Amino acid sequence: MLGGVVVLIPILLAALGFDAEAGMLALFRGSLGSSYAIASGTLVRATPVILTGLSVALAFRAGVFNIGAEGQLLAGAAAAAGISLIPGVGSSYASSWIALLAGACAGGAWAGIAALLRARFRVLEVISTILLNFVALDLVGYLVRGPLQESQHIYPQSATIAMAARLPRILPASRLHAGFGIAIAAASVAWWILRFTAAGFRLRAVGANPDAAQVAGEIDVVRTTSRAFILSGAIAGLAGAIELTGVTFALYENISPGYGYTGIAVALLARLDPLAVVASGMLFGALEAGASAMQRDAGVPSVVVSIVEAMIILGLIVAWPLEVGAASKPSEGVAPSESREPELNT
Amino acid sequence: MSGTLASALAEATIRTATPLFLAASGELLVERAGLINIGLEGVILGGAFGALVGATHGGNAFGYATGAAAGILIMLVFAAATLGMGADQIITGTAITLLALGATGTLYRTLYGASGAALSIQTSTPLAIPLLARLPVVGVALFAQPAVTYFAYAVVPLTWWWFKKTHAGLALRAIGENPAAAIAAGIPVRRYRLVATIVAGALGGIAGSVLVLAQAGTFVEGMSAGRGFIAIAIVVLGRWKPIGVGLAALLFAATTSLQYLAQATGFDIPYQLVLALPYVLTLAALAGIGGRATPPATLARIE
Repeated sequence: MLGGVVVLIPILLAALGFDAEAGMLALFRGSLGSSYAIASGTLVRATPVILTGLSVALAFRAGVFNIGAEGQLLAGAAAAAGISLIPGVGSSYASSWIALLAGACAGGAWAGIAALLRARFRVLEVISTILLNFVALDLVGYLVRGPLQESQHIYPQSATIAMAARLPRILPASRLHAGFGIAIAAASVAWWILRFTAAGFRLRAVGANPDAAQVAGEIDVVRTTSRAFILSGAIAGLAGAIELTGVTFALYENISPGYGYTGIAVALLARLDPLAVVASGMLFGALEAGASAMQRDAGVPSVVVSIVEAMIILGLIVAWPLEVGAASKPSEGVAPSESREPELNT
Repeated sequence: MSGTLASALAEATIRTATPLFLAASGELLVERAGLINIGLEGVILGGAFGALVGATHGGNAFGYATGAAAGILIMLVFAAATLGMGADQIITGTAITLLALGATGTLYRTLYGASGAALSIQTSTPLAIPLLARLPVVGVALFAQPAVTYFAYAVVPLTWWWFKKTHAGLALRAIGENPAAAIAAGIPVRRYRLVATIVAGALGGIAGSVLVLAQAGTFVEGMSAGRGFIAIAIVVLGRWKPIGVGLAALLFAATTSLQYLAQATGFDIPYQLVLALPYVLTLAALAGIGGRATPPATLARIE
């Protein structure tokens, strides 16, 4: 896969009329070219996409098409900013932990809206989570111009959070923060839960075949999918809180350059496996860090990475279909959503 | 409410509704054929960019054609992956939106300079319909529009008529209802689905062209701004019925135009919250119909 990406990008650059060699060199320098590039570029960019990838992977494993990691991330970032800016909270010893907790709760709650709409009103989560992404973006826009705006009331962003509220740096002379460790830990815990616990088994069973899980396994499908949905949102919210307390230190509208959507590519490349998400997240982190350098040094628009991500997703989904989500294939016209809907036995 | 304000609201409503009529009608076709295209956002964006390229070379009429062609091209990627190779539709749709975002952004900077200096296009001139355009309040808003708006008006009843009265429309509905039976009845299911995706691509592409050629007069990266996702929600809101979809698009557009009302009347509602209102109302409406709606034909389960 890595080889495919390495071959794909220069071809793409040449086809678009850019200097492929200069572009590739910049890409490499910005991502893996030095220990600073690795720590402050690749790993810092990998942190949010490992978490959104994990969020998407868990949801998809449970048969929940959560396309809303972006909005849940924004909700998490907003909550983390809000709580860190409360005088007293933002300067206390435990403030960054409180901020992360608040972010996870906000992300979970944001996903919870879609989970409720799905369980109670049969609203397709694909649609509700996308709509909620827009609502979250508008909400952040409101917060940074209203209640959370910096004290000068000039810029559409919040005040900067206190030093005490920031995540500690874990590598000297780099921007790498503790959030990276948290992302790895979260992936490991998720892997363990999926693999070795009853809850993880229920989640997988429901995702693989809700009807069989309900009938043969006597699993409460609605409850299991709703919980997985909320957990997925909480992880995306955590990503937002970590980005805020580890990287940006302030809330603004463009705090996420599409980390939630990149998470889908990360999860697919990892075949929805939590541990593999770490590796694929690092690949995408390198790609995005390198793309910034490519734009800066070689004049190649960094949005090229979106093409690469899309091609990775398309290539993977065609060459290597997932078992979960198989329901939304066109063959025999089985309903994309209905077939994933749990049977509600009364 | 003063007359000028009312006509401003009507104008804003039509402005929002026009691309939605087109894109949502296309999505309706695809969904009635048993597919769901989450990538409509990318189709609209691709159409917008295609329209820009065409219009700078051969005028606005050519721009609509190239916009439609760009939309079709993107939908062919969707069709190749889902129909051709059995890939998951939701993930494919997500990927083609990402693809369109990256491709249009890159090509725009490649073709029109790194700075992306605002490229200005003469927007299509309005054609006033005699008499109707003289109606009080809404006349100008509804009937002094570029030709493409009248096309968008026509697409909704045309879709209804096509589903209701033509053999092909009936066949398409049958495919969505029960593809196995459709196959047994000798209906070429794959060909119908392919044609539906092509038509949806053209309509989505024209919806994007409207943004450039009739409204903004320029292209901005990511200018589809969620309209594709809204159109998908509108199809559900309209309960997969052509006229329902048209009404849902109007309802959404009218809610969107309320932001102008809030501005005009000086209501002290934060602007961003007004912007979020249409999305929230759409969610509420989906929840409202979700429990009661008869399972849509396309999404009917085959036991």
